[in-house]
Amino acid sequence: MAKLHRLISAVLRLAAAGAAAAAAIIMVTSHETTSFFGIEMEAKYSYTPSFVFFVVAFAVAFAYSLLALLVRPGSTASRLLLLSDVMVGMLLTGAVAATGAISQVGKSGNEHAGWLPICAQVQAYCSHVMGALIAGFVSLLLYFLIILYSLHAVAEPLCSCH
Amino acid sequence: MDLERGSKMPPPSAPAVAAATTTTSTCCGNKRPQLRDRLVALQPVVLRAAAALATAAAAAVMALNAQSYTAVVAIIGTRPLTQTFTAKFRDTPAFVYFVIANAIAAAYNLVVLLVRRLILRRRMAGLVVHMLDMKQTHKANIFVKRNYTLTMALLATGTATAAAMAELGKNGNVHARWNPICDRFGSFCSRGGVALASSFTGVALMLALNLLSAASNAQCSPGQ
Repeated sequence: MAKLHRLISAVLRLAAAGAAAAAAIIMVTSHETTSFFGIEMEAKYSYTPSFVFFVVAFAVAFAYSLLALLVRPGSTASRLLLLSDVMVGMLLTGAVAATGAISQVGKSGNEHAGWLPICAQVQAYCSHVMGALIAGFVSLLLYFLIILYSLHAVAEPLCSCH
Repeated sequence: MDLERGSKMPPPSAPAVAAATTTTSTCCGNKRPQLRDRLVALQPVVLRAAAALATAAAAAVMALNAQSYTAVVAIIGTRPLTQTFTAKFRDTPAFVYFVIANAIAAAYNLVVLLVRRLILRRRMAGLVVHMLDMKQTHKANIFVKRNYTLTMALLATGTATAAAMAELGKNGNVHARWNPICDRFGSFCSRGGVALASSFTGVALMLALNLLSAASNAQCSPGQ
């Protein structure tokens, strides 16, 4: 039974690592240049701090997932693993939320602040970022599954008196 | 549940769990003094009350956040033409979501706090316990944690969204030709910042509570 738990845990973590890597890579490769009434307009992920945070957060999650595969269940490190799982989940939640907020402003603009929407000019960039967001949501879902699974099926790491 | 009472019912053979939050336990056979038991049992109550207060304050400060100023935009002949510029939280969907998420988190924390105190005082089982999934089983523990974790995640998304919007309002975005607004609406920005800081502390407190309850509710089944 413990072996089965280990296997399912490892599979979930590998899937989460893959999804996190995909989200980071899709966001990093988003780049578009267009000319708008003679003005050169360039859209890149590094021009928005929220998108940079997105990339960094998912890169950290990817590295963390791979490291977490090396932890032996039942050791003291596995108790710390649950704690850091929750932390990384919260980090990813924040990253996805912040990126979603900026994307909404880019798509609809904000008339009160005088901000015009940019998605009409750089459509490919907008869909690229949307793809990265979707990958981010999938990764987030997998992370929550990992946390729930660790809590439910692998209760052993939380026992402190062995 | 186990959090406020400590481990009143430890498993007979195995020692009890999480020394940080248990009261007089059979773990290692120590007998702890009464005052320390009380203080330890008070921990989650204080944390929960603080989280409710922080999120309620954040929602209130942001909801009352509005600033307007009047400026002269043109002079016709000898009469100046003035226009009023207003910034309020409803201008941005991000801030509206922030207020709603904080209000939900504050209400949930308050409800859990009150109901748990009521249940412990009067030992009211049955309907109220059923409604809020507070059964004393391992599966039910997950449900309680699920609700609390969901509310915490909602709060985290609200806070992150408002933080991203606040950063945009403060620095603008040169490449998208979005001008910052904090130079014109200074007190709007600083009040928003206060609300954000309060919400971040609320998230941190809820996270601490979540992990605390996970550590104390863990069941050590012998021979797992």
